[in-house]
Amino acid sequence: MKLRTLVWREIFERKNQLATSFLAILLGITAIVAIKNVTFYSEKAVARELDALGANILILPKSVSLQDYYTADMQGEVIPEEYVSRLANSGLQGMDNLSPKLSVAAEVGPKRVTLTGILPKSEFSAKGAWQGAGVFGRPEGCGTVVDLPGGPPKETLVRKRVIETLGSHEALIGADVQSSLKLKEGDTVELMGQSFTAIAMLPQTGTVDDSRIFAHLHTVQKIANKGSVVNAIEIVGCCEQISKGLVQKINSLLPEAKVVTITQVVDTQIKTNQMMSKLSLVFLGIIVLVGGASIANYMYANVFERRREIGTLMAMGAGSRVVVRMFLLKALLLGLAGGVAGYVLGTIAAVTLGPQIAGVPVLPILWLVPAAIGVAVAISLGASYFPARRAARLDPCAALQET
Amino acid sequence: MLKLQSVSKEYTMRGQTVRALDDVTLDIERGDFVSVIGPSGSGKSTLLLVLGGMLSPAGGRVFVAGESIYELSAERRASVRKKTIGFVFQTFNLVPYLSAIENVQIPMFLAGASEADQAKRAAALLERMGLADRVHHKPSELSVGQQQRVALARMLANDPAVILADEPTGNLDPETARAALDFLEEMNQEGRTIVMVTHDLAAARRANRTLRLAEGRICDHSPKDVHVGLGAPVETSCGKA
Repeated sequence: MKLRTLVWREIFERKNQLATSFLAILLGITAIVAIKNVTFYSEKAVARELDALGANILILPKSVSLQDYYTADMQGEVIPEEYVSRLANSGLQGMDNLSPKLSVAAEVGPKRVTLTGILPKSEFSAKGAWQGAGVFGRPEGCGTVVDLPGGPPKETLVRKRVIETLGSHEALIGADVQSSLKLKEGDTVELMGQSFTAIAMLPQTGTVDDSRIFAHLHTVQKIANKGSVVNAIEIVGCCEQISKGLVQKINSLLPEAKVVTITQVVDTQIKTNQMMSKLSLVFLGIIVLVGGASIANYMYANVFERRREIGTLMAMGAGSRVVVRMFLLKALLLGLAGGVAGYVLGTIAAVTLGPQIAGVPVLPILWLVPAAIGVAVAISLGASYFPARRAARLDPCAALQET
Repeated sequence: MLKLQSVSKEYTMRGQTVRALDDVTLDIERGDFVSVIGPSGSGKSTLLLVLGGMLSPAGGRVFVAGESIYELSAERRASVRKKTIGFVFQTFNLVPYLSAIENVQIPMFLAGASEADQAKRAAALLERMGLADRVHHKPSELSVGQQQRVALARMLANDPAVILADEPTGNLDPETARAALDFLEEMNQEGRTIVMVTHDLAAARRANRTLRLAEGRICDHSPKDVHVGLGAPVETSCGKA
């Protein structure tokens, strides 16, 4: 005979009475696990989508009005390039890439094009002071799926708005420019009196980028006599960090500039996240209230029903600690069973229904196992503590009173 | 072995104070067999609970094996019960969801005995009670007499020096009652001190001496061969024994 034998036998003796409490905690944990599971994969999916869109935060001169996200750098107003250093040194988390741009009108033969100066990533790496400042760092859960180094430059420029390396007289040619001028890789392009080598032809994007020629920022600044300025700084912001207030933080860092984001996408993400978080909290509240109340109610009834048994145990020498442990062990087993079963059911529900509800594939999440068990056990123990204490303080004389 | 010094206990019920024990002084020697009789509400069960360390008196001191038990902490008092006292209940108070052998193991489990020792001793005790073929039966699967024997085996589990029996024959047919009393006598002959509360005068006569309680006071104490009537008037000697 051990304490757990005593508890185990009692549970099976009165399993029907325990069923309601078990069901309450099981359903609560099931709901929380299912929501958390679906939310997790939904956030991942949205983060991936946002990531695929490329830059999602723009830093512009204050006076610029944003008509078209892709032409924001073509309005003539400028901001100091020094903002890039400020951002790079800020230590802000969630800036996946920085891409300053300066655009000027240019002509290639008879064709009018936009010459856009960009800063390749190698420029950032070259500046010791910028290293380790958090730029290009990927916070956990950022959702980035493509690494820049090693990828083809034209692809990364289109997808990530950044390019790894770019020589001072090298150029990337937009799809429309390439087709109208019949350019191919290695051709020389004359722009504003300077010769540029076309190192890559960019794929079609359906945006004004197709009419651009990209060259090194500092070369463009020089030939356009603009000084160390840019029209815009594009940032690939991690969507999770955006929802945690990255835009506001950049605003505080650069009060003289305008910070805009792809609000529709981010807002949807933020709203979805917030709704799911609230829903999780609501369910947590429900499980704490309903599950806790149900367990407490059951435990109080159980103590009352067993007062004679408890009195007998006390007459045989059981101290209050043994009695308390007896009830808390039962609560622990109830919580464990509710947590494990809730995790299994919740995961099955999420994996089965998640794709239909959220439109994303959902897989089991292992870290939810300890979380589900922890919540269930905490609620069960918490709800049973006072009934257990009452049991320990029962008048042992009940053992001698006839029923 | 058991000693009460000016012990008082009062209950308040529906605004009225009931004096369950009134300045009771009592000395029970080691190896004594004492029966306690008296009308309902006279304080018999209260006396037993107070002696068993389960009900603290309002006044006075209670000694078990020389130790003033109500001056000990609740846990220490539980420990004294565990090691020294065995209770016999009128309705046996077996744990319904445990088998006979598991019921007998409970006091040993509380005393910290190993599972192997518990099982060995419990089986031996049940065999002594003639229940070797019923060890795995639950109380509901046993007759009343068998249940009583399981309860007696359980009481003996930790080899108590003191046995406190509350109406041990109250729920039994005459034959089973006689067997239970025989068993108590046998326990007494082994040197255990026994205090037995009973309504049954025949059962009371099996004890070495009989105490009669009335209105919380000991009104008479008689050796075994003296008849003590339940309805006898309260005598002037009430309160001392």
